[in-house]
Amino acid sequence: MDNSLDVNKKYLLQGNQAIVEGALAAGCRFYAGYPITPSSEIAEEMSLKLPRLGGTFIQMEDELAAMGAIIGASLAGVKSLTATSGPGFSLMQENLGFACMTEVPVVVVNVMRGGPSTGMPTSPAQADVMQARWGTHGDHAVIVMAVSSVSDAYEITIHAFNLSEKYRVPVILLADEIVGHTREAITLPPNKKMEVFNRITPSVPPEWYEPYEDNSRGVPPMAAMGSGYRHHVTGLMHDSKGYPCFRPDVVKAFHKRMYRKLAGGAGDIQMTKSYMLDDAEVAVITFGAVSRSAVRAVKMAREQGIKAGFLQLVTLFPFPKTVVDSLLRQCRAALVPEMNMGQIVREVRAVNNQAVIKQLNRFDGLMITPNQIFEKLMNM
Amino acid sequence: MEKDRYEMRFGGSGGQGVITAAVIMAEAAGVYDGYHVCQTQSYGPQSRGGNSKAELVISRREIDYPKVIKMDCLLAMNQAALDDYFYDFEPNGLLVVDATFVEQTPTSRTISLPFTAMARELGKELVANIIAVGAVARLCGKVSLESVEKAVIARVPAKFRELNEQALIAGIKAAEEVDLDRLPRSIPLEDVYGDPTG
Amino acid sequence: MVEHAAKVRHDFLRHDMQFPHVWCPGCGLGIVLGALIRATADLDIPQDELVLASGIGCTGRMPAYVDFNTLHTTHGRSLTFATGIKLANPGLTVLTVMGDGDATAIGGNHFIHAARRNLNMTAIIVNNRIYGMTGGQYSPTTPYGDKATTAMYGNIEHAFNIAELAVTAGASFVARGTVHHVPQLDTLIKKGIRKKGFAVIEVISNCHTYYGRQNNMPDPVAHQLWMKENAVSVGKAAKMSAEEMAGKFSIGVLADVDKPFYSEEYAKIRQRACDEVAPDVDEAEIKCEPDRSDEFISGSR
Repeated sequence: MDNSLDVNKKYLLQGNQAIVEGALAAGCRFYAGYPITPSSEIAEEMSLKLPRLGGTFIQMEDELAAMGAIIGASLAGVKSLTATSGPGFSLMQENLGFACMTEVPVVVVNVMRGGPSTGMPTSPAQADVMQARWGTHGDHAVIVMAVSSVSDAYEITIHAFNLSEKYRVPVILLADEIVGHTREAITLPPNKKMEVFNRITPSVPPEWYEPYEDNSRGVPPMAAMGSGYRHHVTGLMHDSKGYPCFRPDVVKAFHKRMYRKLAGGAGDIQMTKSYMLDDAEVAVITFGAVSRSAVRAVKMAREQGIKAGFLQLVTLFPFPKTVVDSLLRQCRAALVPEMNMGQIVREVRAVNNQAVIKQLNRFDGLMITPNQIFEKLMNM
Repeated sequence: MEKDRYEMRFGGSGGQGVITAAVIMAEAAGVYDGYHVCQTQSYGPQSRGGNSKAELVISRREIDYPKVIKMDCLLAMNQAALDDYFYDFEPNGLLVVDATFVEQTPTSRTISLPFTAMARELGKELVANIIAVGAVARLCGKVSLESVEKAVIARVPAKFRELNEQALIAGIKAAEEVDLDRLPRSIPLEDVYGDPTG
Repeated sequence: MVEHAAKVRHDFLRHDMQFPHVWCPGCGLGIVLGALIRATADLDIPQDELVLASGIGCTGRMPAYVDFNTLHTTHGRSLTFATGIKLANPGLTVLTVMGDGDATAIGGNHFIHAARRNLNMTAIIVNNRIYGMTGGQYSPTTPYGDKATTAMYGNIEHAFNIAELAVTAGASFVARGTVHHVPQLDTLIKKGIRKKGFAVIEVISNCHTYYGRQNNMPDPVAHQLWMKENAVSVGKAAKMSAEEMAGKFSIGVLADVDKPFYSEEYAKIRQRACDEVAPDVDEAEIKCEPDRSDEFISGSR
């Protein structure tokens, strides 16, 4: 594992810097991006550190280009990252779809800000949840994760790279202005050294290699360009050899495999963190920076004798249905606070539409406070 | 809830260095003194001018909510920042203002020190924030002054090291002349009604 | 010329279910494909080290037929993918093929910036003056007054001169050829690939199906004759007046300059990053790794 910072020394780091450290530790050696608040620190830090580690940083002409470049680098066998915010994330959707279609592992960070359009560049929001899942057109498989703190940002970034490599799928990492700009004193790695996954490469002779051949995991080995396994990569629907093919049985099999590979890995893809859930009667379910308000609100509620607990959704998509389902069965009510007009709450309701699920939304550019959650909890 | 955190807010206009001031305090408390710290900020799109606010939470325990809930200390570098950010104060909290730019204060429980005027005397207005850091660090007593010095040195370019050290010392000295015990006291809510959450 | 043309075709084209190709009979794209494989074969670059990327449109379909590392990207974006590939593994020889709409309309921004950055790769732009695959809509190179399915009353926009655009944007090597002057086209592509820096080869081609049918040139032979009659060598064109050049175009090498290319410059950045201690970083923080580009294939360029 390559850390650009000293292990076991304490550093005051911003969330955005921790994402960089996590990416470098995960083996990321290519970054392409375009400046945008509040994600620019990620690009700045990468431009400083990547050349020292033998990696490459490039500032592209726009986010369409940044997304294209990281897919290209990944096809050439190098783990790649880009980071952006709302407007840039909108531009990335086109090539994000290409990465989904061609199963190229990349990690895309979206440090969310107030929208729509230019919106509020320096104010936080969590309103890109559905765009992260469904932003690019067509049915597609993608993993969406969210970070809540500086140490989270480091760990989850490594995890995002791991999942991306393991399942050959783009991973979208949602941060928000709060996490991105918050500074906390941490040591790296925060707990124990973290494992790093690398994509499986083909072991058959080149002439046997089929780049999109199904197997038990649904994840074919991936050959880097230049490694002797010449093959075709196209954004068109393709057969197992990668050649354009619209035969209904091939199309159907492709889509099924896309979903099967993530469903099969649900165990390690769907990450959640919990706090005081064992005997909880009311649950707070949230993600990202709001998690931190939720933890405090749960402590406050417990002091008032209310058996509250908290579930942090680290992986938003594929939505962790099993965990949420058992929690909704256990608790008499659940509260879903989020800094948007109600996005992840739809997913929670879809799990169990009989359960009492309340929402708490804030969309004025400010963070949901512990008191807001606490007051709601007191009335549930 | 039991108070397990010390919460500070630094306000000024963009370019007055309030975010740097908060970062230095955070580094002193977090990296050198071993506290848990959480430093956040809110600012407009402009680099110069406009309101700029930085917050810092210091705790012996892991910090959940990263922003200020009830402020223990406010440093206001100008009048607009004081007017905007003077709310949600803990009773008997610490209010420090730059007397150079603040003409009216909302409370008699205010410590006015002319940070910018002092900086001009040192030859560079830019170090007003470092003087303020020295004063606030000394007044709040939450971080060790040696750690603050280390953090200042780590953050400023080598050629301005001496100037910044002078600024820090000037701030600490100015604060030493303030007698906290002689500040008027607040009436905490608990005195009148008892603990409202109890 | 290559001695065993049939062997080259056999070695460089894919054999598995890729033919017949999608192009209309008489399309110039087949000629461009032929020139491309002759040029690469002649340069003796191993197929494993060749990357051919494309965008969308008729030209975009070319990579699927060629037995290189091939990539068929999104509309206008092939240069961005190629940038990532080239920087991740500078040892690879990276070529892109684009149409006129792909390169200068939807991908115009990427095109000028790739030229400005002077990435060490080759862009072949096949200019047939129309959007063919989508059914004959006008493109940035459709001449003023000509008809298209979205310009039924005549095109009122003015055409880009792709090669001159590339020169202005800073490409190291710029040439124009046609699908009529084939031996010259082979040479121009070869020169472009050999060039260290961003090389652009504009190829004047024909879309008799859509451009031709709407503008009184419905068969490919008419296009070939038009190219033959109106192409003027760069040297000759320089001596001709603007009036004499009206309706004609120059072919040959328009620009060939030597300047540092991107990955060469970036190698220096890596060295500088290791040598110089950045102002806000402790020396202890820095851990340098040697330049790892040696581990990758070092191609023949």
